[in-house]
Order: sequence, then C-alpha cells, then structure tokens
Amino acid sequence: MHKEAAIREPLILGHKTYHDITEDVCRPIEDKAPRMWYILFGAALIIGLYGIGCILYLLGTGVGVWGLNKTIGWAWDITNFVWWVGIGHAGTLISAVLLLFRQKWRMAINRSAEAMTIFAVFMAGMFPLIHMGRLWLGYWVLPLPNHFGSLWVNFNSPLLWDVFAISTYLSVGLVFWYIGLIPDFATIRDRAKKPVSKRMYSILAFGWSGRAKHWNRFELISLVLAGLATPLVFSVHSIVSFDFATSVIPGWHTTIFPPYFVAGAVFSGFAMVQTLMLIMRKAMNLEAYIHTKHVEYMNIVIMVTGSIVGTAYITELFISWYSGVEYEAYAFVNRATGPYWWAYAAMMTCNVVSPQLMWIRKLRRSLIFTFIISIVVNIGMWFERYVIIVTSLHRDYLPSSWSMHYPSHIDIGVYLGTIGLFFVFFLLFARYFPVLALNELKTILKSSGESYKNGDAEVHPKPVPMTAEPAAKITEKVAESTKEAAKETKSEFDANSVAELMNSLGNGSAENKDDLKVISGVGPKFEETMNKIGIFSYDQVSKMTKKEYDLLDSLTKKFPGRAERDDWAGQAKKLIENR
Amino acid sequence: MADRVIYAMYDDDEILKDGAKKLVAKGVKVEEVFSPFPIHGIDPIIGVEQTRLGIFAFIYGLIGLTLATTGMWFMMIIDWPMNIGGKPSFSYMENMLSFVPISFEFTVLCAAHGMAITYLIANRTLPGMKAQNPDPRTTDDKFVMEFRTSQNKQFTADELEAMVKSTGIVELEQKDI
Repeated sequence: MHKEAAIREPLILGHKTYHDITEDVCRPIEDKAPRMWYILFGAALIIGLYGIGCILYLLGTGVGVWGLNKTIGWAWDITNFVWWVGIGHAGTLISAVLLLFRQKWRMAINRSAEAMTIFAVFMAGMFPLIHMGRLWLGYWVLPLPNHFGSLWVNFNSPLLWDVFAISTYLSVGLVFWYIGLIPDFATIRDRAKKPVSKRMYSILAFGWSGRAKHWNRFELISLVLAGLATPLVFSVHSIVSFDFATSVIPGWHTTIFPPYFVAGAVFSGFAMVQTLMLIMRKAMNLEAYIHTKHVEYMNIVIMVTGSIVGTAYITELFISWYSGVEYEAYAFVNRATGPYWWAYAAMMTCNVVSPQLMWIRKLRRSLIFTFIISIVVNIGMWFERYVIIVTSLHRDYLPSSWSMHYPSHIDIGVYLGTIGLFFVFFLLFARYFPVLALNELKTILKSSGESYKNGDAEVHPKPVPMTAEPAAKITEKVAESTKEAAKETKSEFDANSVAELMNSLGNGSAENKDDLKVISGVGPKFEETMNKIGIFSYDQVSKMTKKEYDLLDSLTKKFPGRAERDDWAGQAKKLIENR
Repeated sequence: MADRVIYAMYDDDEILKDGAKKLVAKGVKVEEVFSPFPIHGIDPIIGVEQTRLGIFAFIYGLIGLTLATTGMWFMMIIDWPMNIGGKPSFSYMENMLSFVPISFEFTVLCAAHGMAITYLIANRTLPGMKAQNPDPRTTDDKFVMEFRTSQNKQFTADELEAMVKSTGIVELEQKDI
C-alpha cells in the first residue's frame, strides 16, 4: 500500500470502513427515491418531451423552422453542438488523464463525470443529425459503397472527421465507463434483496466475481483505455474546431483554434461537473467523499483552463490586428463593438474574469461561490460559441447580405429539450447506478481516509502468529484481553458525564445490541467505545440531541461535531423504522 | 478422487496478503482469491501472471490503422478520385495529412473495443453469466482465499485446515466436490 504524506488533506472524511463505503453508495439506490427526485425527474421529462416534440416538428417541416437565413447558416444548432461536446470533455479528462497522473481524488468523481460526458456527447450528437434535415438518411455519413449514394464520403472534410471523432469518443467513453461499472454492479447484485433488482443487476454485472486474475486484467485495461482515451479527448475538440478553422471565414480560420477549443471544453466541462456534484453530494449524503478539497482541485483546473481561454481571446484580438488582414481585423472589431457586443461582453466577463477569482483560496474553497461560478462559466461558454459562430457569419463579404440572427421558438425548444433530456438521463443514472466508483474508492481508503491518516482507525492489525496453537487457547486469550480492556475502560470515562448521558438516553444492554456500525460515521472501534459507555441500541442513539452529542464528544474526544453533522439520531430513527 | 475446497475468509486485505505469503512459503498452493477491489501485490504471491491484454490492444490498434489506411486509399485514390477545392487526389502520400485524423480515430476505436471484448471473453464475464464468488460479502468488505486439497496433496485436509486457520481468518467453509 502506498503511504501518503500526512499534510495532504484526506480524501475520505471521518471514519469509514470498506463496508461503510458500500453502504453509503448503495443506500440511495436501494431506498425509495426522495420526493425531490420525482419532482426533478418529472420537470426534466416534460422539458425533454417538449424538445422531442420540437425536433419532430422540425423533421416534418424542415430546417427552415429554425431562425437561420442565407447569411447565417449555422447558429444555435452548432452552438449547442459545440457547447455540449465541450461539456462532455471533463468526464474523460478526469477518468483518463487524471488516472495517468495517478490523481487519487478523481476516484470520487470519475463515475458521475463520465456519465455526464456520455449524456452530453449524446445530446451534442443530435444537433448535426437533425441539422441534416433528412434524419432517416443519416447513415450516409458512413463510408458506404457507391450504390447507396453517388459517391464515397469525403475523407478530406473536417465534417467527416467529426463523425468519426464524436462516434469514437462516445463509444470508447461508454466502454470505459461500463468496464468500471461492472464490479460495482456486482456489489449491488450481491446486496440486492428484491428479486427483480437482483435479476437486473445480475445481468448488468455480467457475472463478475472478483477473482485475482480478473482484477489484474481490470487494472491493465483501465490503464490502457486511459492511455487511449487521453489523446482521444484532445483530438475530439481539436477536430470540432477544424470545422471552423479549415474554412475561409474571417474569425474562424485561425490556427489557435484547436488548443483554445480544448482548453475551453475542459473549462466548461469542469464547470458542469461542479454544478452536478455540488447538488449530488448534498442530495445523496456523499459529503464525506466529495468535499471541499475535491471542489478546490476542480476549481484549480477551472482557473488554469480559464486562463488559457482568456489568453487565447486576447491573442486572437492581437493577431487580427498584427496580421494586417483587414477582413480579419474587422471581424474582431465587429465582435466587440458591433450589434452583438452584448454577447461578446458576456463571454469576456464570464470566461475571462470569473475564473481569475479562483486565485483567492477562500473563494475557491467556498461551495456556494463555486456553484455560482460554475453556472456563470457555462453561460459564458455558450456565448463564446455563439459569438464565434454567429458574429463571424452575420457580416458577409457582401454588405447587401448582412443580417441578424433571431432564434425561433423551435431553436429555443430544441435547446431546452436537450437540457431536459440530459437531466432525465443523469437523474436515472443517479437513481439506479452507483454514483461513486465504490470499489475503486476502497483501494484508497487506507492511504487517504481521514481516520486512517490521523491514527484513529486500526491500520493493518497484526495477524495471529503462525504457531499452531489449539483454537481453544486463542479464544481464551482473546477473552482475557477483552476482560482486561473492559476493566481499563471503565475508568477511562468521566463517571458523571456517563451517568448524565445514560439518564437521557436510557440504559441499554449488550443482549439487545444493535449493529451501530450501520450508522454512517461509526466504525468498529467507535462502536466499541460507545458500547463501553453504555450505548448499545438504535433506540438510545435516536434519542440523542445537541446536548447528548456534546456529552459524547467530551467523553470520546474522537470526532468532535461529527455525530451532529451526520445526524446519527435521524439515521437511527430510520433504521428503527426499517427494522 | 474426492476433492475438497476450503474457503478462508478474511476481513482485511493486508491480513490476507500476509497469510497468503506465509502459506505459500510453506508450499501451499492458493487456488484463487476473491476480493471486492484489486489487492495490490497479491498476484506474484499466489502466482497470477501479468495479463497480456496490452499486447492484444496493440495488435487491435494496428489492425484498425491498417483498415483505415487501406479503406481511405481505396475510396479516395483508387475507386473514385475527387478534385476537391483544386487539390486533386493523385496519391495517398500527397493527401496523407487530411487522412491523419480518421486514421487516428479508427485506430483508437479498434484498439479500445477489441480490447474490451477480449477482456470480457477472457474473464468469462458476459451478460447472463452467473456469479461465481463463494460468498456475496466478497464484493463488499470480505476477502476469500480458496484452496483445494487435490492441489495440496503433501498435506492432509486437517493439516491444511490448521495452517489456514492460523492466518487470522474470520470464517472458514469447506465443500466436497
């Protein structure tokens, strides 16, 4: 096992055992969904269905129902496409690039970030498809023999590169994600009690059994897929940027596009991850796994990529002047001062100014501030694509064809619809899939868990020596040592506080003892301590209030404030109900 | 011959590893280890060899590259050469640069999918397969080592059991097969 420096902040807070991790991740799946889930799911579904309605109307009527005209042939559709692909960059970056760099903090977020990626790329892929107008001929983008069309597809065209890049990205991302999911599905399968869910998860888990050889292969395939996915991430948005960069439109044909688009994609992707994670950790009680440190790391990525994007904006401006090409210079002056100045101003403030605030440690560790910035960044990145696409097109070479773009309600409906569908998928994922890579998290528990780092938890208990002692003797010894321990600990606690605590909680006895370890935050050692004090049952725990928590803290001095934060009383009440 | 399987359960990965080390040093053959997550360093102890999946991935990648190259060469140069934007397609090499993105994407596509399929088949983990872990808790927080008497003929079943018992196990299960 790798030892980790003590000054590194722990990645898993409080005391967790392997079993706690399983419990914390699986409980939201096994319990009934909270009401909020149904409300959100219903809302997302309605918006998504409206979007599908708009798409069907568009397919029946034609692309003319969008607000496009002969000057502005690409507007919201391609803006949304690039926006969604960009969002879809964080997941693979987190799981692949950070895996290669051996960043352990990725383990808490990679599963849901990858899910987000897949759903986002799925949404992105819809736009070029519906933009074809005749969706049912969409398969013509594949290199099919000549008798399907008049000739082969054009392998020189960046639009075809896009077809290959996006579909490779989507399918490889899906495979990478699923391979990681298989062992976790197996965990849910082995816990499932209802026959239907047992069956479903058995099918999903592919019969995974956790053999040593399988884990050996698992680790290698994760590494190789990460190695393959890393250049893939960078290639996808580079190729998306080629759609513009290989054209001869002023404002588009700049060589800076590929790196600038990739940085922008990572920037917006991480912003979306922040938005989703900050809600998810609260809603699913995963605060011990995704906490301030994770948010801070992601904010640093946002800060760095945001700075790259800002530098690219300014470089673009400089080069448009320095190149001496008047068309190019005009395109940029028009962006900043023309009729779309407001979009340009929105992009500049959201993308250049806001990430710079992350230099301040207090702000980048503030969850509320992060949440606001993450939304601001996503708005800013949408405007960036809108500025690049629409303002470069709307002033044609011929002033007689100058035009403005006004979105139709179908434009808006399709866009909102994709947001709705995205959340439909994401909510389904959060409801039925393990949202954390729970088995991967167990590998870092002992090196990065808080209680293991500060020495509260037993690490690597020494096994019984190899002398072939009769079993009876061993048990005798164990019994003796526990007796001794019991004697010692009686005097360990302040008798008055114990009496006060017992008065308000009522006496418990070892006979009707409950498994206190089920309560999140209580480990085997702490359970022992609680038993020594005299707390044995959920009944007693459920009676705890602020006063009792403080008393307990003063007695144990283990994790001050933790019982209250985790609401042990509430947890115990639930456990009694479910009994 | 009657064979007996012994499943020894541990509740900690490090204890299992220590136990395995000691047993193997005494000449016991460990048939299998079931664990909820990869135990680093267990493979050389129990004699699991490093997988060759990486080599497979490389071969699949080469196949992808070859397919992409021959495909584009045939379609763009041989079958229907097009003059696009005044840039005629005379030879593959002249047009090479615009074929790079798809060559790369297709290489990755074939390597990743080929490897994933090989992985699933080699593991015998496919949709509909039955789970083979001896105890459902081995996907949660328990670790199981499996021994077979037929592979440890130098010891009697009782000797083997005693040795296994002394390695800090939490449960022991035996089955005749």
